[in-house]
Amino acid sequence: MSKENVLKVENVTMQFGGVIAVDNLNLEVNKGEIVSLIGPNGAGKTTAFNVITGVYAPSNGAVYYKGNKIIQNHPQGKMKKLYRGENPVMYTGHKVLAPTPDKITALGIARTFQNIRLFKSQTVFENILIAKHLRRTSNVFTATFRLNAKEEARMRAEAEELLKIVDLTDVRDELATSLPYGKQRHLEIARALATQPELLLLDEPAAGMNPQETLELTEFIGRIRDEFGLTIFMIEHHMDLVMEISDRIYVLDFGKTIAEGNPEEIRSNPRVIEAYLGGAQDE
Amino acid sequence: MKKRTKMIWNIGLIAALLGLLFLLEQVVPSSSMLFMVLKKGAIYALVAVSMNLLNGFTGLFSLGQAGFMLLGAYTYAILTIPAESRASVYQYFDGGIVQFSIPVPLALIAGGLVAAVFAYLIGLPVLRLKSDYLAIATLGFAEIIRAVFQWDKLGPLTNGSNLLRSFPTFQSVLYPFLVAGICIGLIVLLINSTYGRAFKAIRDDEIAAEAMGINLAHHKRLAFVISSFFAGISGGLLAMYQTTIQASMFKSAMTYEILLIVVIGGIGSITGSCIGSFLFIACSEWWLRFLDNENLYIGDFHLTLLRPGFRKVVFSIIIMVIVLFYRKGIMGDREFSVEAVRRFFLKRFKKKQTAEGGASNE
Amino acid sequence: MDWITKNLPYLMAGISVGGQYALIAIGYTMVYGILRLINFAHGDIFMVAGLIMVYAVTVMPMPLAILLVIVATVALGFLVERAAYKPLRSAPRMSVMISAIGVSYLLQNLALYITGGLSQQYPAIPWLSDTVTILGATTKRVTLVTPVLTVVLVVVLVLLIKYTKIGMAMRAASRDFETSQLMGIKINSVISMTFVIGSFLAAIGSMLYFTNYTGVTPTAGAMPGLKAFVAAVFGGIGSIPGAVIGAFIIGICENIIKGLGWTTFSDAFTFALLIVILIAKPTGLFGEKAIDKV
Repeated sequence: MSKENVLKVENVTMQFGGVIAVDNLNLEVNKGEIVSLIGPNGAGKTTAFNVITGVYAPSNGAVYYKGNKIIQNHPQGKMKKLYRGENPVMYTGHKVLAPTPDKITALGIARTFQNIRLFKSQTVFENILIAKHLRRTSNVFTATFRLNAKEEARMRAEAEELLKIVDLTDVRDELATSLPYGKQRHLEIARALATQPELLLLDEPAAGMNPQETLELTEFIGRIRDEFGLTIFMIEHHMDLVMEISDRIYVLDFGKTIAEGNPEEIRSNPRVIEAYLGGAQDE
Repeated sequence: MKKRTKMIWNIGLIAALLGLLFLLEQVVPSSSMLFMVLKKGAIYALVAVSMNLLNGFTGLFSLGQAGFMLLGAYTYAILTIPAESRASVYQYFDGGIVQFSIPVPLALIAGGLVAAVFAYLIGLPVLRLKSDYLAIATLGFAEIIRAVFQWDKLGPLTNGSNLLRSFPTFQSVLYPFLVAGICIGLIVLLINSTYGRAFKAIRDDEIAAEAMGINLAHHKRLAFVISSFFAGISGGLLAMYQTTIQASMFKSAMTYEILLIVVIGGIGSITGSCIGSFLFIACSEWWLRFLDNENLYIGDFHLTLLRPGFRKVVFSIIIMVIVLFYRKGIMGDREFSVEAVRRFFLKRFKKKQTAEGGASNE
Repeated sequence: MDWITKNLPYLMAGISVGGQYALIAIGYTMVYGILRLINFAHGDIFMVAGLIMVYAVTVMPMPLAILLVIVATVALGFLVERAAYKPLRSAPRMSVMISAIGVSYLLQNLALYITGGLSQQYPAIPWLSDTVTILGATTKRVTLVTPVLTVVLVVVLVLLIKYTKIGMAMRAASRDFETSQLMGIKINSVISMTFVIGSFLAAIGSMLYFTNYTGVTPTAGAMPGLKAFVAAVFGGIGSIPGAVIGAFIIGICENIIKGLGWTTFSDAFTFALLIVILIAKPTGLFGEKAIDKV
């Protein structure tokens, strides 16, 4: 199977002090796929996301986006002594790459947050419009003196378009935080889409949703994947959603990958059942 | 169409205000307290708005405003003192090293630029700090700048700890209003642009803003430099208003006053800062003056509490009440506009509409 | 020998001032440890303590006046917390800080009103203000007493925090405000206690500090206050020994700079030091690192 590789995480270890949150993680996400990352609470899923999006520089390892190395680090400073993960010397001597999150987003990787982080004093529309700032061509002078009227109009039009897609046009001028929970999640996805990503990282998009809302979300994720030509990598606990939508699944436990495969394989994998699903297969 | 109506209203209002000021100047004797309050109020309005751009719109709690005003004021003064007066101003330093002078508007802009350059340099290290650490670091920088400007060795440039004077000043109240008005107008345009939205995003949630591709370091520095630029210009205006300046004027107490103006007006409201500024100056310089009068009687009753200084006590109590009980200030984060007033009255009296909007614009 | 007699006064003055800063700095560091608030009013409380002494000695004997200064300052610290900070407990941090600046403004203006803006002669406290001579340098006895008294008070305080119940509650609250509240710690009394201790030390500090200087002005507290805060940051905010060590270092450096004839820059130096620390090691000498959760 040779598909175009969008995201590749290679030997990534993230250690905080003496605690290893992610341990030698290796995974790949190919173009057009929906890949899920599952695992019990505290397994290191969100930490893995934070490494990919540049919030944390990994203690060791590298991340590739569309074949280009975008993040790379090796144990240094205090971590040199403390490091207990695998491959400690593998990346020594290599250049350290630790871009800030905005650089990663500019490359085309957008994300949502587990605990929704909308701009709380802004309206629904403004939340999306703000994300359009990334692809601007104006500088602070042209923007202040309104010499970018064309671009401004385009930004607004595109933001309106996205509002329509997530079906929030009728609450356009409400404060973002006044929306019901499910709609806030949709808004966050729309905001991420406004940065024009190719890879979308969703951190528990269905958290706190009822079965009906989850069902709608499942359909919605599939729809935006096709419409925007996206590749989606997500963390999720709702097994219905994961099994229904994922092309492949990675299972993480105590920072380590314990299984990978398509939904069928994961469902029948004994290690997964033991570590994650336990006795409650009906989850 | 709607937008155009709004613009016409705003331009009309500004023209009316300037006309009113012009009329006042013809009618009221120029020694009146009113003009003092208006002039100083306009200058403080500008610096308050510039501080609001940082504290209210970008969420950067900076307390360096007095330092940047000092830079603006000194740059203005040093560049505009006429060559023939330099010998007497710089009497201890052989007439100083600057021997030319440039036109007033250029010197004001130069003052802003010098403040902006310093802000850029200071911003490189300190803008990484969070909330209160940033506040104390910027406060520290303002104090360092003040100490450096009082340094004897820099005397040929700054006149050491002596007064700078004899530079051009303004007479008409229209002057500070025009300059401050243009500057505030520019800040409003900035805030409503895509950059202003990015600033607000940083204020609301840094992590989300960064994840949306907003470069934190770049945008914070931008807000800091722009805010300092306008603080520098207001420093130049303040120099013109005071007619003499000295580094020791620009203490941290000055920054605190500006901060209190911003709080009274409402953090995150431009018009709030303007209203707050005039109220603050009017109260502290004019309306509460009677409290300092020792010989005030109500009938036969001698008000024994009243003596110099009581005004400031009452005033600080009022400020504490606002800080504690009206935390949002006068305007909160709303703006005063024809539109807002119209909506307000539409709600009140559904039938009478447009006429009311115009009548209440004082 | 000649060098020593020439520079000893500066060194001694430095150690002495350092001790006085240390006593103020503890108030900052404890409050910041629990409330994450730079208590801008703390320096002014210190100034008010000085003024109380000025007025108290005119109507009562010295020992009583000393007692009154301590009681009144503690009461003021307690009152400021209850009136200006407690109502804002759930408000954003910026509001509380603005409130602190407001209190500072109020106290300064009150002092201005009461004193009429004139510098008030600080009374000579017997024994403390006597002059003594060591190694050929003459100084007031307070210079020698300060470091000793400071160290004693700090040791007592550290023991108090380590071994008493309220001390344990303070440590818990500075570690995690919300959780300690959930664990049944009466957070308000812990905070009040913090302000009481801070104000008590500020009162002692003011007696030592103003004995060295002749006058108390309404703004006399601002600079020592800021410097003490810098000392607290330098030592690692929240750490009491850190604040004390930081204060001594700042006091000594400042006086050495004065000794070199750079008096204009003695204040600026403190701030330059602050900025360097904040940038190079924001947690100070003994502070702990905090990680933001995403």
